[in-house]
This record gives sequence, C-alpha cells and structure tokens, in this order.
Amino acid sequence: MGVTDHSYRQAQSVTTKNRRTEWGVVVSRAIGILVLVAGIFFAARLCVASPHGDNPIPNIFQPHSTPAASIYRLSVFVLAITGLIFLVVFCLLVYAIVKFRNRVAQDKREPAQVYGSTQIELAWTVIPILIVVVLFLATARVIHGIQDAPKPTTSVEVTAIGHQFWWEFRYPALGIVTANELHIPVSDPAHPTPTFLKLLSADTDHSFWVPQLVGKTDLIPNRVNETWMDPHQTGVFLGQCAQYCGTQHAKMLLRVSVDDPEEFNAWVRAQKQPANQGEKEIGGRRVFETTACINCHAVAGTNASGRFGPDLTHLMSRRTLASGAAQNTPENLRLWIQNPDAVKPGSLMPAMKLSDADLSALVRYLETLR
Amino acid sequence: MSSDVMAIQTADAAGRPWVETLHEWVTTVDHKRLGILYIVFALIFLVIGGIEAVVMRLQLMRPHNDFVSPQVFNRMFTMHGTTMIFFVAMPILFGFANYLVPLMIGARDMAFPRLNAFSFWLTAFSGFLLYFSFVGGSGLYGAGTVPDVGWWAYAPLTARAFSPGHSTDYWTIALLVSGFGSIGTSINLIATILTMRCPGMTMSRMPLLAWLNLVMSGMVLIAITPLSAAQLMLLVDRYLGGHFFDTQAGGSATIWMHFFWIFGHPEVYILIIPCFAFLSEIIPVFSRKPIFGYPVMVGATVCIAFVSMSVWAHHMYTIGMNSYSNAFFTITTMAVGVPTGIKIFNWLGTMWGGKILLTVPMLFCIGFLFQFLIAGLTGIMLSAAPLDWQLGNSYFVVAHFHYVIVGGILFALFAAFYYWYPKITGRMLKESLGKVHFWLFVIGFHLTFDLMHIPGVLGMPRRIYTFEPGRGWDSLNLLITIGAFIQCVAILVFVANLVFSYFKGPKAGNDPWDAWTLEWSVSSPPPAYNFVSIPVVASRRPLWDLKHPEDPDSRYE
Amino acid sequence: MSAIPTPFPETSAAWKLPYRGKVAMACLIIAESAIFTIFVVAYLFYLGKSLTGPTPREVLETPIFFTVCLLSSSLTIHLASKLLERGKRGAFLVLWFLTIVLGGLFLFGTGQEWHRLIYEHGLTISTNLFGTTYYSLVGLHATHVTAGLLMFIIVLLLGLAGRVGQEQSARVELLTMYWHFVDAVWVIVFTVVYILGR
Repeated sequence: MGVTDHSYRQAQSVTTKNRRTEWGVVVSRAIGILVLVAGIFFAARLCVASPHGDNPIPNIFQPHSTPAASIYRLSVFVLAITGLIFLVVFCLLVYAIVKFRNRVAQDKREPAQVYGSTQIELAWTVIPILIVVVLFLATARVIHGIQDAPKPTTSVEVTAIGHQFWWEFRYPALGIVTANELHIPVSDPAHPTPTFLKLLSADTDHSFWVPQLVGKTDLIPNRVNETWMDPHQTGVFLGQCAQYCGTQHAKMLLRVSVDDPEEFNAWVRAQKQPANQGEKEIGGRRVFETTACINCHAVAGTNASGRFGPDLTHLMSRRTLASGAAQNTPENLRLWIQNPDAVKPGSLMPAMKLSDADLSALVRYLETLR
Repeated sequence: MSSDVMAIQTADAAGRPWVETLHEWVTTVDHKRLGILYIVFALIFLVIGGIEAVVMRLQLMRPHNDFVSPQVFNRMFTMHGTTMIFFVAMPILFGFANYLVPLMIGARDMAFPRLNAFSFWLTAFSGFLLYFSFVGGSGLYGAGTVPDVGWWAYAPLTARAFSPGHSTDYWTIALLVSGFGSIGTSINLIATILTMRCPGMTMSRMPLLAWLNLVMSGMVLIAITPLSAAQLMLLVDRYLGGHFFDTQAGGSATIWMHFFWIFGHPEVYILIIPCFAFLSEIIPVFSRKPIFGYPVMVGATVCIAFVSMSVWAHHMYTIGMNSYSNAFFTITTMAVGVPTGIKIFNWLGTMWGGKILLTVPMLFCIGFLFQFLIAGLTGIMLSAAPLDWQLGNSYFVVAHFHYVIVGGILFALFAAFYYWYPKITGRMLKESLGKVHFWLFVIGFHLTFDLMHIPGVLGMPRRIYTFEPGRGWDSLNLLITIGAFIQCVAILVFVANLVFSYFKGPKAGNDPWDAWTLEWSVSSPPPAYNFVSIPVVASRRPLWDLKHPEDPDSRYE
Repeated sequence: MSAIPTPFPETSAAWKLPYRGKVAMACLIIAESAIFTIFVVAYLFYLGKSLTGPTPREVLETPIFFTVCLLSSSLTIHLASKLLERGKRGAFLVLWFLTIVLGGLFLFGTGQEWHRLIYEHGLTISTNLFGTTYYSLVGLHATHVTAGLLMFIIVLLLGLAGRVGQEQSARVELLTMYWHFVDAVWVIVFTVVYILGR
C-alpha cells in the first residue's frame, strides 16, 4: 500500500477552533516540556556543598563509591540518549501540529489520504532496535561489573539483618553486633578495602538503600543477598529502607559512617568491649535485668541476651534512637521507653509501664552503655 | 425486550416511576447500558481514589506532618493503588469496549449479554466488598480493617503473622471476584469480535479499537489468572495453614513476587492498549486522514502483547537475581519499547500532512503523545537494571507510572469521553469547559508529576507516611501537593461538564465529528437494537466510502 | 429517535464466522490453563524444599486405575457427543452416563488416596511444602472434575426428560471440550506429581 492521493474531497462541516488556542497549545507545551527537562537535569545536578563529614542530601547523582559511580555514569549515558530521542520526537510533534493544523475553517477539502509507507516504517523500526542494542550492551557491562565483582581478601564483611523496623549489623570476623548505624572503613582505590554486606531478614521484606554508596538490594526472609560498596570519601551518608515492610517502614532509617582507618579501628575496638560494668547505676541495671527488657535486648557481658530487639551494649555510641526516629538524648530515650508510640507509632517496642523512679534509674543506666 | 425498550424510550420519560427505571437498569443485558454502568461505576471510584491520593498528599506536603497516622496512610496508598487499577481503569476501559465494540463491528449486542451483565455485577460487588473494609473490623476508627499491605500485597507481610485480622482478606477476595468479572468480559469481547462482525468486515477491515480490545482481552485471559492463582494460594496460606509463601517453613517470598508481576506487568499493557485504541480512532478523524500504517499498528500491538509477558521481573531487579537474569529482563523490557515507540511514530505519521483540528478530544490526544513519550523514556531509564537499583521503589518510579497512567491513560480516556459522549448521550460536551478542564489538568499534572521525579533522584523511597527534613525533598513535596489540588479542580470542571451538558448541551446528531466508523451511522444515542439492518462493509472506513462514493477506500485496500 | 437506515451495499458472498460458544469455551480453557500453570510451577519449584515431613517418594502411590478411568471418560464423552450429533439420543445418554460414572470413580479414587495420606501418613495441606502444593494442585483439578460432573448430571437429567437432542449437540460439544481439557490437565498433573516429582 503505497502513498495514495484523494486530494480535495468535499466534506461535511466540522467544529471550528480558536486560533489563539492553537498557538497556546504549541507554545505552552513547548515551554512546559522544556522546563521539565531543564528542571530535572538541573535539579539532579543539585550540588549542595558537601564538606567531608556531612552529606545531607542522598543524591544518586553524587556518588561516592564505585558501584554508585558506575551507575551514575550509565545514567548519564542513558539520559543523553533518551534526551536526544525526546528532542527529536518532540520537535517533530510540535512541527506537525504547527504546520498541519487546519487554518481556514471554511476549507472543507480533505487532505491526501495516505495509508502508510513501508520505507518510513522500516526506518523507524530499525533505528530504535539499534538504539536498544547499544543501550543494552552498555547496561550489561555495568550489571556484570557490579554484581560479579570479585571479593578481595581485604574486604570488611558485614551481615545486615532487616527487622521490623530496625537494622541489625553483625561483623562476624570482628565479633561485633550493633544496630541501625553502620560504620565502615573508607576504601583507598590503590589498596581497596570494600565492605561486602550479606543481607538477611528476620521477618518481612526490606531494602538497603544508601543512594550515594550503592544501589538498593532487598533483604528477603529465607534468602541470602549480597551487596558491596567501597566509599572513596569519609563522612556520614544517609539512606533508609526502600521496601514497604509495615507500619513504620518510613522510619527505618540508615546512617552509614565512613571512617578513615584509625577511626574505624578505634570504633571496632570500642564495640568489641563488653558493657561498662561500673557500679554506678546498679539500680537501673537491676531494673533492666529484672523486667522484660532482656527478653528482646542484649548487653554484652551481662545476662541480657535477647535478639528480637537491637543490641544495646554500646547504645550511647549511636547518634539516633529507634533507627533514626529520634536523636539519642536522655529525654528521647526516656520517652521511647515510656511511650514508644509517641516516637514511632506502630513500632514493636512495647511500652514498659515502669514507675517514674524505675524509668529514671533505667535511663541513667542505659546512658552508661557507651 | 428490545421493542419494549424502544417504546419506553419514545414514551414520555417524566411519567415513569423511578423504580421502573431502576429495575430496568439493574436487570439490563444491553451492552450500551452495561457500558454506561461500568463507566459511571469507574467515575465514582475515580473520585474516591482521588480523595485517597489527596489525603496522602496532604500528609506529605511537609516533613514530619501528622495529618494522618502511619496506619491510615498505609491504608490510603494500598487502597489508592488497588482502587485505581481494579475499580477505575479496568472497569472504565471495559465500559468503553462494551459500548463501542458491537457498534463498531456492526453487531446488535455482545456475544453473551447475560454473561456481560454478570461480569459487571461481579465487578460492582467486589468494589463494594473492598470498601466494606472501611466499616468492618473496628469500624471507621483508624480506617477500620482496610488493607494496608500495598496493592502488590507482598509476602510475607500478608501472612497471618504480620497481617492479623481481615484486612488482607478483603483485598484478596475482592480482587479474586473482580478478576473473574474481568475474565468474563474478556471472553465476551473475544467471542463478539471473532464471531459477530457484520458481513464484509474481515479481520483486516476491523476498526483498530476492535483489534486492540481483542488483543487486550487475550492478555487478560493469561495475565489476570496468575494473580487469581496466587490469591488462591494466599487464601490457602491464611486459612488452611498452607505454606506457599511461608518463609519459616522453607517457602519463598520471591515466588509471590514472580506470580504477582507475571500478572502485574501485562496488566499495565492491558490498561494502555485500549487507550492506544482510542487514539487510533480519534487522531485520524481530527487529522482528516486514515491511520498511518494500519497493519503495523496491529502487528506492533500483538508484538507488545507477547513481549510484555516476558518482562515482569523488571519489577524485581533488587531482589538479588543473578546478573544474567537481570540482563535478560533488561533486554526484554527495552525491546518492548520498540513496538510502543513505533505506535507513537504512526500517530505522528497520521497527523503529518493532515488537517489538524484542535478540538478538545484532539487536545487530550496531543497531551497523551507528549506525555506518553516522556513516560516511555523514563521507562527505558528504569529498564536498565543498575539504574533501577537506584531509582526503583523511589518517587522516580511513582512519577514514571503516574506519567503513564494519568498523563497517558487518563488523558486518552478524557479524549474518549469528549469524542464519544455525543454518541452515548446525544449531546455535545461544552467545548469551552473542556478547554478549561484540559489546561487546568495539564498545569496540575505537570506540576505534580514532573517535579515528582526529583525526590526520587534525591533518595526518597515510596510508601513512606512521612519523610525527614533537610534531604532536599521538602519544597518539592509541597509543590507536588499543590499540583494535586489543581488536578482536583480540573476533575470537578470535567464532572460539571458531564452533568451540565447532559441536560443543556447542544444536540449532537448522528455524526458531529464527520467520522468514518460504523457507530456514527446510527442515531445519538443509538436505538436499543443498534442498526435497523446489519450493515455490509467493504473497507476499513465504511462511512468514508459512503461520503466519498467517487473515491472509496475499498478501491485502495 | 429511530435510526436512519443507511444505504450499505448488499453482499452476495456467504459470511460465515465461528460458533461463539466454541470461541468462548476455548478462551475459558486458555484462562484455566494459565491458573493451572501457576500451580504446577509452584509444585515444581517447591520439590525437595520441604523442611520436614513426608516426601513424595515416601507416600505417593501412582493411581493408574483411576487415571485410566478418567482418560477413558474422555473417550466415552467424545463418542457420546458424536452420537448426539447424529441424533442418537438413547445411545448418547448411555455413554453420557458412563462418562459420569468414570469421572465419579476418579473422584472416589482421589478421595481414597487423600484419606490414606491424611490418616496413614499424616500428610495434610499444612504439614509441609509438599502437602501444601500437592493438595492445592490435585484439589484444584478435582474441583474442576466436580464442576464438570455437576454440569453433566444436569445434562443427564435434561436428557432423561427428553430435552437434549440433535439441536443441542453444539452446546454439548462445548462440555466435551471442557472435559478434554480437564483430562489433559490431569495428564500433566499426573506426570508432574507422580513421575517427575518422585
């Protein structure tokens, strides 16, 4: 079916259109879409000053680790190609609307009735296929580079276990158990010390996402997943759970502290110590050990060895409580124990219903767990 | 029955008791009435789903907001998604198909009118059942026992251990029942299209709307059923002590994901293909040219149908599949973009060299073209597994699929409304109000969904009832909420137009758009029996042949 | 508000399209196949993954006799359908009844097997993954057999009342299509559960 011409047929009347609206259509559309494209691009390149130590905006376009950087480079490539496709098709559409709109309402003649064109259709089939091939090859390289990366012997191994609604981190080789705030060493590209995370779950699905360090990987019960990152810069990087896991999914926050080697070793040494066995807060410690606290929580060096809730041995070494839901202050700690729903409604920490005196003693004791 | 209906229609309607009218509508098996019932049902749920969205946007307009509790928010996003997919999009598309397909193929009704009615009432019942959850359980306090597991209901969150009570059961059973309704309508559509075309209408002379609904219905048969199967398995787990998704017994959480997305991905093509059909009917009429490349349009759609069955795990790139699986799904997902892109080019080719009339339906079609292009391109970005490792489950994905569903599907539906409302009701929708609706909605849509891509890029995950301040998400979320309100106003304008024009709109006549398919050959609204005598056709545009007897299409096809 | 009769051209050639019932039944079969496929996939996926409890090898006995019954019922229903097409009502009813008996025997056999599995081996749907997937898959099939038999009994009663003749043969053929599908599913289930799965 080639090009056929039914030029200049009489037709019945059709509704007229508003001239202003046509230009309105085209111009507003053009401006709007271009604003969109520009907006996305510039916002994405939002370069908030990030002095070492503080990375408040978890921007995927500001990677600080090899997998994240690899994904970033691929995204620029994909964005360039899709951006180009968008521009070409956008311009063609705008051109068609402007050039071929019906200008004279009284002109009832029908335009040439064209059914199709094999050459054109072939062209706009083959070219997209080629684009797809190119995109796929670029992508496959990155997939393989990240997922099949070898694990060097100098890597730090961490096991992350997702819970409703907190993160458990274990360092099997170092003998450390902690919660919610991950400390990993910075990785010098010349002598890499990446961190390899094994991802498990104790209950429902979760997802580990720290955008500036690595793409997200899920934590799924009865399944072992793995991810890795090799941060190139020290500082704190933010993230949070990225797979809906229940009521307080929104408050399952992540803080990853990338430490230089001395800081990291100091942290490890401190974490390996059992809890302070000082006599100072014996009252509070007694409250802790004789109420239901020890059913869920563990404090190394005491008889508290519950695993349902976070390990509290070095509770005070963390900046936040309840996986980021509150700053780690005595007031917040007191509130959290007295009425968890005021801090994180729907979390699985029960209100302990302690008397004021017991509560104060307990908080003072917990404050010694550095 | 039809002669009674005719008599009633021509009699003085004001004198009839409302009970009689109600009874007629409740017991109807007429495809046109069932189509209208589906559409009205969907519009009601569109408003309800919209309210759920507004509640979420109010909660998210600033960080640490306490407009609603986390429990209520989680129920809102679950219900918003479930409602919009199953009780707005599916019914409204089935409604249009029901109304238009028999008319367009020259038939008097669908193949199985009673099955048609049964399928509608199954869907209606299931919508009622799902929403009964608001008053079930603890009643309206904290939104009752409304499902709160997300519209994908991932295991093991749906297990008895993590979802005690009946909220998950409302989700499961309501969707199981509505699934059967969908399967019934699809069987009906396939049988109608294959066995009831008027003489002369070979498959290659069928309107594209019929072709695309045929493909869509075929997809429903093999895509909805995996969800039904998975839901039966979930019921076995929750009530018979089964272990299909019980990870403690060695079961797999990921197998639910596989079953769900084997449904879930074809489902979105099921939703978009009828919208492609609307465009393929409307754009030619307002470009005054036939569709460019009819055979390729059919071929591309069939291609999409097949390839879309092989892409499902692009929703699961983060679950830890090996690199070969991730690469496989990357290539198939990118591949399905090719026939989809071809369709955009064909619509462009239809407009090219034509005489474009910027009526309200055409405005919405043009909006669709721009927006669907962008949505497709963000889809290509997400199809690359490593990009999805960053952008997946973030607001970037939410922006992408709302771009497709609102910017694509809803715009195509608006076009269909403005185009076929005259045929269904006999009156024209008010054009000025239509343009207000269009521009308001475009502004609101772009404000909300263009900006929504950015928090995703900046690390904001989805399904969170609140977010932390200072991450660069704050003002964006506020603007997004404002855009949502602008869209609400636009919808109100639309509903006002629908109601106002029903009573006061100018009479449409048979063929207000000077179109070429069979539905425009009968009165507006059509009589109960559709055609006085079954038409005989000789080309794809029978009315063009009639209007241009000196140069009919049949000479060239 | 009457329609304007439009002057469409007359057609001379015969316009023959498929029988709508056949198309609908074919669609139903396609949809049901998809459901069964998912249950089969789950069964295969979970083979060997049970953490406890009886394994297929320990407890399953191949139901050869009852399988023969079910597959023979496909033959009898096929013959019955052909007889009805030729108008032989009496013979049709006999073979139709025989189909029901054979199907009923199959159901009886399934029930017998389940009784043995539950009471002698302690295998229920909640015992382990094998129990869950086995009872679900075989149960889903048995439900379809039951639904079929119920439909057949209705036809039998209508037939005995003299209401089923040559004019109804097209509709009866739809039921035979359904039954052949159910038997084909059993062939697959049988292979997966009793042959591959052990």
